[in-house]
Amino acid sequence: MATKVPINDPMIDPRTGEYAVIAPGHNFKSVTQKIAGLVLTSNTPLGWFFGLLVAGGVATLVVISVTWLFLKGVGIWGVTMPGAWGFAIINFVWWIGIGHAGTLISAILLLFKQTWRNSINRFAEAMTIFAVVCAGMFPLIHVGRPWLGYWLFPYPNTMNVWPQWRSPLAWDVFAVSTYATISVVFWYIGMIPDFGTLRDRAQMPLAKYFYGILSLGWRGSTRHWIRYETASLLLAGLSTPLVLSVHTVISFDFAVAALAGWHTTIFPPYFVAGAVYSGFAMVLTLAIPIRKFYHMEDLVTLRHLDNMAKVMLATGSIVAYGYGMEVFMSWYSASHWEFFMMWNRMFGPMWWGYWMLILTNIAIPLTTLWSRKLRVNVGYLFVLSFIVNIGMWFERFVIVVTSLYREYLPSSWGTYVATKWDYMLFIGTWGLFTCLFLLFVRFLPMIPMSEIRMMLPQTKITRRGPDAETVIEETT
Amino acid sequence: MPRKEGIYGLLAEFNTPSELVHATEAAQAAGYRRMECYTPYPVEEAATALNFHKNRVPLVCLLGGLMGVTTAFLMQTWIAVWAYPLNIAGRPLFSWPAFIIPAYEWTILFSGLAAGFGMIALNGLPQLYHPLFNAPNFRNGATTDKFFLCLEAADPQFSPSGTRSFLEQFHAVSVVEVDH
Repeated sequence: MATKVPINDPMIDPRTGEYAVIAPGHNFKSVTQKIAGLVLTSNTPLGWFFGLLVAGGVATLVVISVTWLFLKGVGIWGVTMPGAWGFAIINFVWWIGIGHAGTLISAILLLFKQTWRNSINRFAEAMTIFAVVCAGMFPLIHVGRPWLGYWLFPYPNTMNVWPQWRSPLAWDVFAVSTYATISVVFWYIGMIPDFGTLRDRAQMPLAKYFYGILSLGWRGSTRHWIRYETASLLLAGLSTPLVLSVHTVISFDFAVAALAGWHTTIFPPYFVAGAVYSGFAMVLTLAIPIRKFYHMEDLVTLRHLDNMAKVMLATGSIVAYGYGMEVFMSWYSASHWEFFMMWNRMFGPMWWGYWMLILTNIAIPLTTLWSRKLRVNVGYLFVLSFIVNIGMWFERFVIVVTSLYREYLPSSWGTYVATKWDYMLFIGTWGLFTCLFLLFVRFLPMIPMSEIRMMLPQTKITRRGPDAETVIEETT
Repeated sequence: MPRKEGIYGLLAEFNTPSELVHATEAAQAAGYRRMECYTPYPVEEAATALNFHKNRVPLVCLLGGLMGVTTAFLMQTWIAVWAYPLNIAGRPLFSWPAFIIPAYEWTILFSGLAAGFGMIALNGLPQLYHPLFNAPNFRNGATTDKFFLCLEAADPQFSPSGTRSFLEQFHAVSVVEVDH
């Protein structure tokens, strides 16, 4: 073992001048013990129970507000004419956008051979799935008659009624359900070898049984590994266009409508970039406390935080370009509806929403993230991750509300005021998300052990001879 | 299937991936064919040593994708044109550009499921029992930090004593006999 590196000491790799991805001194056994130990330990940290209690308490808000919603109908929300879309769609887009960073990390960065992603890959994927759970709830409960939600799917029925394929809302069903399914499959497939490790290291019979079944009998055979790696690459290759298409389709929900502020071609790329932007912010929100709480600073290093901040800087700049282009087009289109929409966003009754969005999404992050010092300042990044997610929520608020409440006919103008049920449900989903995440870090391997092993220096194969004959001679 | 009896193979344990790869290459050179390496993470060199280059996961994935795109596109066409024709703003019933989007999603859905479950099926999983789990040292290391080479008894060259002395020359930590 090399000398122990103090926690949070800048672990600079002398060859590259970059922070190390894994602290020096780790070997196959130590990473396995460290990660598997968190799951297999019989001493659950008290803080975990406390977290689950708080998050569970917040999550009951979902139960309460959804029960009341089902009893009374969507009238308890602030949605009405002209603001027929409110918190439900804002929260849906916000949550699903958060999920996108998980897929980006697990798929796109895998294709680009960014091995630093290996440590944050698993919990970013978990974040995706739980975010999709929170997101998926909103379209289902906002339909008014949620017990008929299955009508969204094409299935043979006695009414002879089928979905309408020219509607973006039908596309949405396909995009989001595919996204949820493929994310779960990718996540599970990624965990199979780690379940094998947990099965082999578990002491309790129940744990052996549980992880044994989940591992499907994985034994690390080389032929299995090669097929496994092929399947992972294929899934990554498939998830990449998928993740781009999901937020594109969601942006079609807006862009296909003939409403000023929605009907623009810039929506798909700018929605995808915004999704990744907020998703990376959420990864930071989760990674920073977890690495502290579970002492994971040697596996989730400052290099990871620095890189994630760089991705945020890049995607944030794309988002800023999107905002700029929206303003430019509202003037350049020479359409006075577009011009009024933008004026109304900036200086109308809801001006605070727009400037809040500019402040939290553009002004604060895109000026500070250029500094390397701030990019590796854990406390700053933690605060910033909240700021960006607030900003991204306001982005969706501005898009949904300000285009709707003052559309073409001044006689139909109104306003949008969210009710306490809107807020309760939204806050409740944070609790639900946190609950699911806490269960994940307790019962599933939060860092992929097999992928971390691949990054260790011990994996290097030393060649001894040009062909097998010499190998035998040398070894005998 | 009748219960198999006797020796499944000889299992050599190594501390490093290099030793495993050298032993595998040597076993191939010595004419052994029925063998398998077991490693805690994918070791590509071991696959090269085993001459295992191609697998059929991509083919399964492609078939899944083709099935997905055809299913979704034909389903939408049938619904929109024959089963439930609707006049939406005067657009043609066969408005195929709109159908591309669900078809695209199902291409990914079917090919992704085919790749994932196809990989599991081609690997013969789930298989909760395997003779190797009988080896005392296998579960302790194969998924953690040890590298195993198993020369199987089904190989015509295999002989319990000859194969054992062959394996022992590679500085294996241990060579154990694995029963069915």
